Amino acid sequence: MRNKCAEVIKKIKKDPYMCAGVIITVIILLMIVVGLFWMPYEPTKMSASEKLKGISFKHIMGTDNMGRDVFSRVMYGSRVTFLIALGTVFIGAFMGTLIGALTGYYGGLFDEITMRVIDAMFAFPSILLALVIVSVFGTGWIQLLFSLGIAFIPSFARIVRGEVLRCRNTDYVESAKLQGVSDVRMIFVHILPNIKGVLASSILIGFNNAVLAEAGLSYLGVGSQPPYASLGKMLSDAQQYMFTTPSYCLCPGLVIVLMVLGFSFLGEGIRRWE
Amino acid sequence: MGVILDVTDLHIEFHDHGFPEVAVEDFDLMLEEGEIVGIVGESGSGKSMSALAIAGLLSRHSITKTGRIMFNGDDLLTCDRKTLRSYQGDEISMIFQEPMTSLNPVKRIGWQVEESLFIHHPDIDKKKRKEMAIEMMLAVGLSDAENIYHMYPHELSGGMRQRVMIAAAMIGNPKILIADEPTTALDVTVQAQIVELLKKINKERGTSIIFISHDLSLVNQLCERVIVMQKGNIVESGATERVFGAPQDIYTKKLIAAIPKIDIGN
Repeated sequence: MRNKCAEVIKKIKKDPYMCAGVIITVIILLMIVVGLFWMPYEPTKMSASEKLKGISFKHIMGTDNMGRDVFSRVMYGSRVTFLIALGTVFIGAFMGTLIGALTGYYGGLFDEITMRVIDAMFAFPSILLALVIVSVFGTGWIQLLFSLGIAFIPSFARIVRGEVLRCRNTDYVESAKLQGVSDVRMIFVHILPNIKGVLASSILIGFNNAVLAEAGLSYLGVGSQPPYASLGKMLSDAQQYMFTTPSYCLCPGLVIVLMVLGFSFLGEGIRRWE
Repeated sequence: MGVILDVTDLHIEFHDHGFPEVAVEDFDLMLEEGEIVGIVGESGSGKSMSALAIAGLLSRHSITKTGRIMFNGDDLLTCDRKTLRSYQGDEISMIFQEPMTSLNPVKRIGWQVEESLFIHHPDIDKKKRKEMAIEMMLAVGLSDAENIYHMYPHELSGGMRQRVMIAAAMIGNPKILIADEPTTALDVTVQAQIVELLKKINKERGTSIIFISHDLSLVNQLCERVIVMQKGNIVESGATERVFGAPQDIYTKKLIAAIPKIDIGN
């Protein structure tokens, strides 16, 4: 076991993408986890005397227009953004895999109809689709999570369907069929493990898109509601103070960039793993 | 000895290109218990198609199949999928031409050998399954079974993989083993070993074997009875000695004349 760990670490060190990805992601995750237990200031605590301060030892990312500590808000906001992105990818990947696997495996009319629906969903940008869903169900982070999740289903369904289609005609599937393997077992036990690599890197890419989509939607004001923060919401609040207090908008922006970059590198690293 | 598989008037037609294409016509086969039957013929003669039909793998909608494939009182062509599935892997097994791709690359060998036990005999517990798998792997000549059990397919050679396939096919002790050109992808020495192995399985377990090949000398070594096919039709069938010794049909004569002979000079 210990040997295996050492081997994995060695392999990570060898690949610059994997290395950078792991380091950045660990930093972000650390910030989120620490934020669960300890933050330098209460993220919603306002202070009239400390509005729009720049970077200082007291407030390492400065303060915002209401005198709240930006670093604490970033810690809180990245937690919200991370959870929404995670939930989005989970819903998208779970439903997408299910739909993709079934359509790819069975084919026929069922496949045609489902894929045309998916195509129709594809025709709209996922953010637009999510906006529509949010406007129907109202704003709030749970609605945001579900609407983004649904908007992310098509891309996963597409990828999984293609891969299942590729595996469906291989000899090992034929020979498993001959052993009397049922369809459900065939799809989930025989075929899915063969596409887990592709699935893993598309989940990471999907995660990035979800972070950006969350930021974009919060920027438009449909995500988490004040006084609570998400990274996108902070950006949109900060834009009018961009020139007076650049640290206010740069810091949340930087964290979004790092989050996306970290997972992109991880995705690339996983793709090149073997 | 009784007949265990009775194929009559099997007719297979494709409709992929607008007009019907006949793949197999009037195929008849009576398989007796413990018998080895060879099906020979060139590529596209319909031998694999017939075998796939018997194995129940031809279920695509653009294919019409008529005739009867009687096994155990059920017609494999028309019975429901559940019945068919209960035979597949347990009573009728098949091994393929290409051992390199017939094993799932992400599953351990042991898992794959046990698979049909797991499906057809869920009452057997894990430990017993492993015991049976290792016993079977030893029986097909994988002497390092304990280690191979935990390996992945890419760690094995072609001959070893074919042995694994045979172990996986034989673990449920099927009555019929269909071998679709099992030696084509292997080199000559390994071919001979696999043929010996099939012979041994047939003798020790009484499994009937349908051996499909275009290698006539292998068929001659292994089979008691042989069916010669051309363009979807059976052109000749009978005891191997008779067919090879005194072929009746022109095509069979040509085929037999085409076997390379080594004159050692005695």
